[in-house]
Amino acid sequence: MSNADTHGDTKPTAFAQAMLDLRESAVLSGTEKRNLAICAIVAALWALLPLFSTGYILSLGISITIFAGLATSWTLFSGPTNYISLATAAFFGIGMYTVAGGVNLLPYPVLILIAAVAGALFAALIGLATLRISGVYFVIFSLGLAELVRQVVSWGQHVMGTSSGLYVLVDRSDSVFFWQLLVFTLVVFLVSWWIGRSRLGFALRIIGNDEVVAVHCGINTARAKVTLFIISSTFAAIAGALVAPRWSYVEPTLAFSPFLSFQVVIMSLLGGVHRLWGPLVGVIPFTIMWEFISAKFPSQTTLLLGVAFLLIVYFIPHGFVGLIEDFSRRRSGIWAALRSKWQAKGGGHE
Amino acid sequence: MNSPSAALTIGGVTKRFGGLVAVNNISFTLPANKVLGLIGPNGSGKTTMINLISGALKPSAGAIHLHGDSISDRSASEIATLGLSRTFQIVRMLPGLTVLENVQAGGVFGHRRMWGTELREHSRALLQKVGLQGVDDTVVSALTYIDQKRVELARALVADPKVLLLDEWLAGLNPTELKTGIALIEQLRTEGRTIMIVEHVMDAIRSLCDTCVVMNSGAKIAEGTPREVLSDAEVIRAYLGDIDA
Ligand SMILES: Nc1ncnc2c1ncn2[C@@H]1O[C@H](COP(=O)(O)OP(=O)(O)OP(=O)(O)O)[C@@H](O)[C@H]1O
Ligand SMILES: [Mg+2]
Repeated sequence: MSNADTHGDTKPTAFAQAMLDLRESAVLSGTEKRNLAICAIVAALWALLPLFSTGYILSLGISITIFAGLATSWTLFSGPTNYISLATAAFFGIGMYTVAGGVNLLPYPVLILIAAVAGALFAALIGLATLRISGVYFVIFSLGLAELVRQVVSWGQHVMGTSSGLYVLVDRSDSVFFWQLLVFTLVVFLVSWWIGRSRLGFALRIIGNDEVVAVHCGINTARAKVTLFIISSTFAAIAGALVAPRWSYVEPTLAFSPFLSFQVVIMSLLGGVHRLWGPLVGVIPFTIMWEFISAKFPSQTTLLLGVAFLLIVYFIPHGFVGLIEDFSRRRSGIWAALRSKWQAKGGGHE
Repeated sequence: MNSPSAALTIGGVTKRFGGLVAVNNISFTLPANKVLGLIGPNGSGKTTMINLISGALKPSAGAIHLHGDSISDRSASEIATLGLSRTFQIVRMLPGLTVLENVQAGGVFGHRRMWGTELREHSRALLQKVGLQGVDDTVVSALTYIDQKRVELARALVADPKVLLLDEWLAGLNPTELKTGIALIEQLRTEGRTIMIVEHVMDAIRSLCDTCVVMNSGAKIAEGTPREVLSDAEVIRAYLGDIDA
């Protein structure tokens, strides 16, 4: 074995271990190189959008880009662990308010950095306090969290005597704005991909499968979950900070809207949470459909969101990715699949 | 108290579940490179004992040492990294992972930490060793129960543990499989592994164990070589009484 010094009783230092991991993970397989190339080409083509379209199409492109980033970062944590988090809005709002509150005091890039740090710290706090609770309790807690932060922010504004919202006036053309978001979403993708093929990503998959086995394999489950939760939430906070200038006027009900959290969950589930590109597959049709629905039926959006949620969970529990993979599997062996289905049905009656 | 050759020292360990005392003031020592059999009628507290050692449960009283390190107050994941591996009485697979990945799981953050090619090659070698070939990329649900048990054993071995705990690993095997199973554990034993096995299969106990500890209703009722304990009057009564009941 090449690195026998890492075995046995003498554990390598965390740093040495990280370096070894890095060396190992820097080796890309052929498929990985191909996938990265595809990703780069798609991103490059997508980056051309502002050159060809403005107005409506570009704003649709902006929505898709931002939701792709949010849904992918949501999946980073919730996909492997099965912890459904409805706290996206809490972190998004924190990012947004960091920018709104500091826009007259500090340069915008600094504010984005502060938003990221604030989101990370808050996520660490929440993560350490709550990841021991599981299942439905975590879902409810995460939903309550956004509401709590919103109330605190409203109260804070009330005490300070400011009006209910804040103006964010940063000069950005739509194109620049679009490119910023694209860079953000690409970073989310790359980080998710990197984590997915790392030890940490593997540990998360083990945890999602059986937490008892995970701890007996030596995995510090709390640490792994909190780490992923922090990374995922930090992205949501950065997203909020990036979107703030576009909204010009930021107020608590908008910044901490539970609607956003639900949308992110639905899009991710619609696409499929077990593949890196899964959420993206959900985001594109959903965002387009959503634009259409909110233009046609502006007062029924909540109802329709609920209906969409039910339909997805009921009919495509594994998302579009599940359907696509099923289909390609069936195409490669349609008869085998049919026959086994047939037998399964027959077996059920006996 | 902890002689240098003691791999595992159990000192006055008790576990209460409410009013029930599942493990009652148990003490014994598992010497390094030896195989110890923990036997006893159903419900006598054997699995609870394993859970206490592996950190799945915390003792109500008493101390457990692994090569001199106190582990009774540590988490299961820390205990695993210190070099203790186990299998479960009812097999626990990771259903979303392939067979190979199920084995690799034991080596990412375990006692021996590996990653990448090294982990893959080592896991493959262990799958071969436990007698599973050509199923690396299969989903585990496609395996028979016995093969799943093999996967679990490979997973427990991948991190090169100092002590291995097997909870009825031979249960449910047919006579042919049993032979293979016993031979496999025998092989681990000749490699010098330190193992504690919980078994109802007396043939396995006789042929594999250096020493035996017998439990009944949470208490230790006998200790000695397999021959000694299996002829012990109280042990026979415990087992026969169990059948009568
Ligand atoms: N988590 C628990 N909570 C409450 N009681 C428990 C728990 N685990 C085990 N027990 C009880 O402790 C006693 C010992 O159980 P244990 O599973 O350790 O027995 P065992 O010797 O492994 O039996 P078997 O041979 O059937 O596997 C039983 O009465 C059982 O019901
Ligand atoms: Mg048992």
